[in-house]
Amino acid sequence: MTVNIAFLLAMTLLISIGGLFVLVWALANDQFSVGKQAARTIFAKGELGHVEDQATPQADREAMQVSSHHQLEEADAEELYEREFLDRSSRAPTLLWLSSSVVWLVLGSVFGVLASLKLHMPELMVDHAAMTFGRVRPVHLNMVAYSWTSMAGVGVGIWLIPRLFKTPLVGGGFAVAGGILWNIGLFLGIIAVLAGFSDGLEWLEIPWQLAVLLVIGGALAAVPLILTVIKRRVQHLYVSAWYLVAALVWFPMLYITANFPNLFDGVQQGTMNWWFAHNVLGLWMTPLGLAAAYYLIPKITGSQIYSYSLSLIGFWSLALFYSQVGLHHLIGGPVPSWVVTLSIATSVMMIIPVIAVAINHHVTVAPHWRMLLHSPTLRFVELGAISYTLSSLQGSIEALPWVNTITHFTHFTVGHAHLGVYAFIGFVMFGSIYFIMPRLLNWEWPYKWAISAHFWLAFIGFFLYFWALTIGGWIQGLLLVDPAASFQASVEVTIPYLVTRSVGGTLMTLSHIVFATHFWIALRRQGPRVEEAQQLFMRGWRRKEAQA
Amino acid sequence: MTKAIAIAAGAGMILVYAGLMLLVVPSIQLSGAKPPAEAQTQHSAEEIRGRKLYVSLGCVYCHSQQPRDPAQTPADRERGWGRPSVPEDYTYDGPHLLGTMRTGPDLFNIGARQPSVDWHLAHLYNPRAVVSWSTMPSYPFLFRETDIVLDEMQEVHLPEEFLPSEGHIVATDDAMALVKYMLSLDHTYPVEKLTAEEPEEEADEAETETSSLDATGEGSAS
Repeated sequence: MTVNIAFLLAMTLLISIGGLFVLVWALANDQFSVGKQAARTIFAKGELGHVEDQATPQADREAMQVSSHHQLEEADAEELYEREFLDRSSRAPTLLWLSSSVVWLVLGSVFGVLASLKLHMPELMVDHAAMTFGRVRPVHLNMVAYSWTSMAGVGVGIWLIPRLFKTPLVGGGFAVAGGILWNIGLFLGIIAVLAGFSDGLEWLEIPWQLAVLLVIGGALAAVPLILTVIKRRVQHLYVSAWYLVAALVWFPMLYITANFPNLFDGVQQGTMNWWFAHNVLGLWMTPLGLAAAYYLIPKITGSQIYSYSLSLIGFWSLALFYSQVGLHHLIGGPVPSWVVTLSIATSVMMIIPVIAVAINHHVTVAPHWRMLLHSPTLRFVELGAISYTLSSLQGSIEALPWVNTITHFTHFTVGHAHLGVYAFIGFVMFGSIYFIMPRLLNWEWPYKWAISAHFWLAFIGFFLYFWALTIGGWIQGLLLVDPAASFQASVEVTIPYLVTRSVGGTLMTLSHIVFATHFWIALRRQGPRVEEAQQLFMRGWRRKEAQA
Repeated sequence: MTKAIAIAAGAGMILVYAGLMLLVVPSIQLSGAKPPAEAQTQHSAEEIRGRKLYVSLGCVYCHSQQPRDPAQTPADRERGWGRPSVPEDYTYDGPHLLGTMRTGPDLFNIGARQPSVDWHLAHLYNPRAVVSWSTMPSYPFLFRETDIVLDEMQEVHLPEEFLPSEGHIVATDDAMALVKYMLSLDHTYPVEKLTAEEPEEEADEAETETSSLDATGEGSAS
C-alpha cells in the first residue's frame, strides 16, 4: 500500500512539474498570443465594453455601464443584426429544453422537500410504497440531476452553439425530437422508480431499458452541435465551445458504460457506480455550467475574460483530474486501496483547474463588482461561479482521508453536493435563463421584483440548507467515529439541523415557484411591457442606425 | 473543424484512460477473488425476493453494508457491526448495496446482531414500537389487519399503543421475505486476509472479536 501511494505521489508530482515546464515554455515562446483574439470572438466589432443585461430596467443598465469604466465605441450594427438571426435559429429547441427544465425543477423541489421532511417526520405519508423515503429521495435526485440541471444545461448549450460558431443552428429539429424523447424517458423512468422498479444504484436508478431513451434523446440533441461545427464560420473556438464539445463526448461514454446491463457485479459495480456518479457532476454538469459562465460573465460585464491561456489549463486539467476522483466515495470501503488513493490524489489535484477557472471568472468580475448591485443575471452567474470555487475546494479537502472518515456516511456530504449542483450549476442556469429568454421571446421579464424574490429566497434558503447540513453532518460524523458515543446520539443530534434544512429547502422551493410562474408569464408574453428596455434589443440597433 | 475533433478526441481519450484506471485494472485485480465457503451458500428464493424489496424500497439510502477497518475508526467494531468487509464478501451481490449514508446503522451483520423474526416484523411495522428514538419510516403496507389469525399467518407482536383498536396485524409475504433477507446478512465468518494489501494486527483482532459476536440487539448495537 505504501509503495502504491509513494508511486502515485511521485507520478502526480512528475506530471505537475512537467505541466509547469510546458507552461513556462509556452509563456516564454508567446504561445498564447492567439488567445486574445479568441477571447474576443464572442463580441461583435466595437461591442467590447458594452454591458448587457436584459433582465433589468434601463436605469440599472446605465448604472452598470458607468461602473464598467470602458471607453465606448459604436458596436458593429451589421454583426448585432446577424446575431438576432443566430438566436432565432436556435429558438425552438432552446425554448423546449429550457421550459421542460423549469417544470421539472418545481416537481423535483417538491420531492426534495418531501424527502427532507420524512427524515425528521418518519410517520409522514407512509401508507403507500410509492411515497416511502427510499423512493422519494431517488426521484428527487433524478428529477433535479437529469431533468432540471441537465435539460437547462443542454438548452443553454443549444442557444450558445450558433453564437459561439457565428453560424445559424443546423438541424435544430433533431434537438427538438431529442428533448421530447428525453422528457418521455425521464417521466417513465420516474414512474418506474416510484413503482419499485429501480435498478438500485445511486444516480442510476432509472431502469436501463428506459435509460436507452435518454441516450437516444441526448444523441439527437448533439446532432446540431456537430452539424453546426462543420459549417462554422469562425476560426477560433471560444472556451465555452470546448466545454460543450467535451461534455457531449463524455456523457454518452459515461452513461452507456454505467447502464450497460451485467457488466459489473459486487465491489466492482460499486467502483463503477461512484466513478460514474461523480463524473456526471464533473464531466457533464460542470462543463455545461462552465460553458455558460465563460460566455455570460464577459458578455454581461462587457469585458473579455481575464486570461484565455488560463482557461486552456483549466479545461485540460479538469478533464484529467476530475475523471478519476469518483472513488473518494468509497474511502474505507472494501475496494483496493490503491484505486482509492488515486482518487484522493486526483481530488486534491483538482485545485489546479479550480484555481485557474476562479482567477478567470472572479478577476474578470472584480473591477466591475458594482454591477452586481444592478444586474440580477450577473448576481446569479457570479454567485454560481463563486460556489464552484468553494464547492470544489471543499471537495478536495473532503477527500483527505482524515476529513472523509468524519464526513463520510453523514449529511455533510449532502450539503456539499448541493453546494456544487444547486449553488453552482443551478445558479448559473438561473442567470443564463434570465439572460436568454428575453432574446428568444423579444419580451422582457415583466416583474423585476420577482427576479429579486427568486434570488433572495433561493439564497437565504440555500444558506440555511447548507450550513444546517454542514454543521449537523460534522457533529453526526464526530459521534459516528467515537466508539464511546451511542448510535442513538448520532441520530438524535441531527434532528434540529434536519428541521432547519427542511425550512431552507422550502424557501428554495418557494423561490422556484416564483421563478416558474414568472417564466410562464414571460413565455406567454404577458405582464407589463417595459418600453424603454427595447433599446438594447438588436431591433433597436437597427432603428437607431436608420435614424442616423 | 480539426480543432473541434482534437478536443473531442482528447477529451474522450482522457476518459478512456480514467476508465482504465478506475474500472478495468481493479476488475482484473479482483477477478481472482474467491469467496469464502460460508459465503457460497445459495440464497433461498425468499431471501432473493427480500433483497429485491430492500432495493426497491431504497433501504440503501440510509443503511450501509460495509463496516470500516478499526485502523480507520474503531467505532464500527465497537458497535458490533463486524469485521471490515472484503471484496470477496460481495461476490454474488448485484446490484451492490454498499451504501453511502448512515442515517441508520450499518446492516452488514444485522442477521447476527438481531436474529429475532418478531423483532424485525415489529420494527418494520413501526420502528418506534421497538426503538423509541428511531427515525426510520414505518412500512404499514407490508402488513395487513385481520380479525382472526390463522395458523399459517405470522402475527406481529406489538406494544398496546401500536396495535389497531380491534383485530390483529399480520405480516405479508413481502414482509417475511424482507426479514429473511436481513437475517441472511451475517458475515461473521472469518476471512483469510483483509484487503489485498492490509494484513494488519488490528484487523486480526477484529476477526476474533466478530466471530464471537452474537445477538446483541439494536439497543446495545447503538
